[in-house]
Amino acid sequence: MGSREESQKSASQNSERKPAATRDAYGDALLELGKKRKEVVVLDADLSGSTKTAKFAKVFPERFFNIGISEQDLIGTAGGLALTGKLPFASTFAVFETGRAWEQIRQTISYSSLNVKLVATHSGITVAEDGASHQAIEDIALMRVLPNMTVIVPADGIETKQVIEAIADFYGPVYVRLGRSRVPVVMPDDYKFAIGKAYKFHVGKDANIIAAGIMVSTSLDAMELLKKEGIDAGVINMPTVKPLDHDAVIEAAKASGFIVTAEEHSVIGGLGGAVCEFLAENYPVAVKRIGIKDTFGCSGPSDELIKLYGLTAEDIVKTIKEALKKS
Amino acid sequence: MSQVYASKDIAFLKEQAKAVRIEILKMLTEAGSGHTGGSLSATDVATALYFSRMRHNPKDPAWKERDRFILSKGHAAPLLYAVLALSGYFDKSLLNTLRKIGSPLQGHPCSKLLPGVEISTGSLGQGLSIANGIAMGLKMDGMNSRVYCILGDGETQEGQVWEAAMTAAHYRLDNVCAIIDNNGLQIDGPCCDVMALEPITEKWDAFGWHVIDIDGHDMEAILGALDEAEGIKGKPAMIVARTVKGKGVSFFEGKVQYHGMAPTQEELKKALEELGENGK
Repeated sequence: MGSREESQKSASQNSERKPAATRDAYGDALLELGKKRKEVVVLDADLSGSTKTAKFAKVFPERFFNIGISEQDLIGTAGGLALTGKLPFASTFAVFETGRAWEQIRQTISYSSLNVKLVATHSGITVAEDGASHQAIEDIALMRVLPNMTVIVPADGIETKQVIEAIADFYGPVYVRLGRSRVPVVMPDDYKFAIGKAYKFHVGKDANIIAAGIMVSTSLDAMELLKKEGIDAGVINMPTVKPLDHDAVIEAAKASGFIVTAEEHSVIGGLGGAVCEFLAENYPVAVKRIGIKDTFGCSGPSDELIKLYGLTAEDIVKTIKEALKKS
Repeated sequence: MSQVYASKDIAFLKEQAKAVRIEILKMLTEAGSGHTGGSLSATDVATALYFSRMRHNPKDPAWKERDRFILSKGHAAPLLYAVLALSGYFDKSLLNTLRKIGSPLQGHPCSKLLPGVEISTGSLGQGLSIANGIAMGLKMDGMNSRVYCILGDGETQEGQVWEAAMTAAHYRLDNVCAIIDNNGLQIDGPCCDVMALEPITEKWDAFGWHVIDIDGHDMEAILGALDEAEGIKGKPAMIVARTVKGKGVSFFEGKVQYHGMAPTQEELKKALEELGENGK
């Protein structure tokens, strides 16, 4: 496992490792998947340019259905296509997909375990300037609570591409949470994603950060900052929020006795909620949750919002140092 | 469009409809709860579909070339269970387990538990979208199968129904035939008092559908409408079936309180007498 500096260095050498939005990786992965598998169909709700499903639509117009601005119908139509043996990917912004159509997902997709892939983009506050109406900070909670649903939050483009391939091979409903803004590449070139498996960058003795999505990169930065101060913090990437990798959580909790969760989502009901629920019943240790603190987002540039809502590496460092001081 | 159908075929379907109604009433009484009125109002249409017009195979519920049936108004589950049982999908004795622990006959249809149910329904407004998706998939595969979808009239107050109405017309889904069971009543009272629906026919016409307005208890009219719908190319078809809630049992007909109430033993006895099933 290379250090953060090495990873950044290789990023400049290898175009594959340039920062990219996970939605862009999705657009590319979907097109590749479409070439390999005829049963793949894609549905969008008038946001194909933004969700990047337009790439697939351009090459496979006969397998692409724009349903218009009607998310509830989007979900039901995708369900119907799955019933004929197609492999539907239904995409729009996370807030509309999981919020507007939540009950359609519950009744039609998850109750019947239909093989529909719900891949939403524009999650979290890094949607930025569009403001709170467009910033999904509840979507993981909304999807995680549904029986039969698998919930995946990729950290970067490399992971996103593998997630898309993996869920195509997996039968059942899956929610994938992607972002709008560019994120650094953090996963190694030889990384192999598997549903339900965490990736341990490092297991620390003083603290372990369990992170998902864009917060994996931030957590790695925090790890380096803490290292300089002699604090051994680990980082575990937890792309599958449901089913959670219990073994990885236990290992991290045993190693440090102190867990920090980090996600670009409400601290209620997301990765932090999942980790707390599991640890409270199985291996109680102190936990601090980094995330949106039960409030709505607002308009502004992405990097400033990250600071405003306490999602920087410095915020993680501060949280860990304060907690260690008290213990 | 009037067509002449063999009188023996019509007589057969009328007898089947009666048998379906009897099973609905029996299973609801046994269950002690459930939706009587809306099951009986849609009985004649569902009977025409399952015993005449739909291509399906009770011995092979997943037969690829089958026509599909989506009960968007999932609360009429007893109707679906009755036509499935009488078609031979499962033994009639299973009907007595309706709404009981461990039964595949859930209060609202569950596709994971009961073969023959294409998709779980019960939360209103969702069936037509699913029907459209199936229709798209069938067209992609070059299949000639048709997709039938029964909606409640009150159900069309759900916005998703109109999203789906646009989708079916936009994608020219002429393999979709929807039927509105227009019995005019919903839980809280007459639809016109709760949330007015009319003009139903003009609305669907304006949304780009071929609309056929019929008496939903006239078996010849039902067959005529289904056949007319099958002949329509380039657009989906909507049959507005004007029906009576609780149809077939005089003291249930037009009574809003029997939307979600099962018959008592006494009512069942009287109802069976009316239907000519004396003491069976």
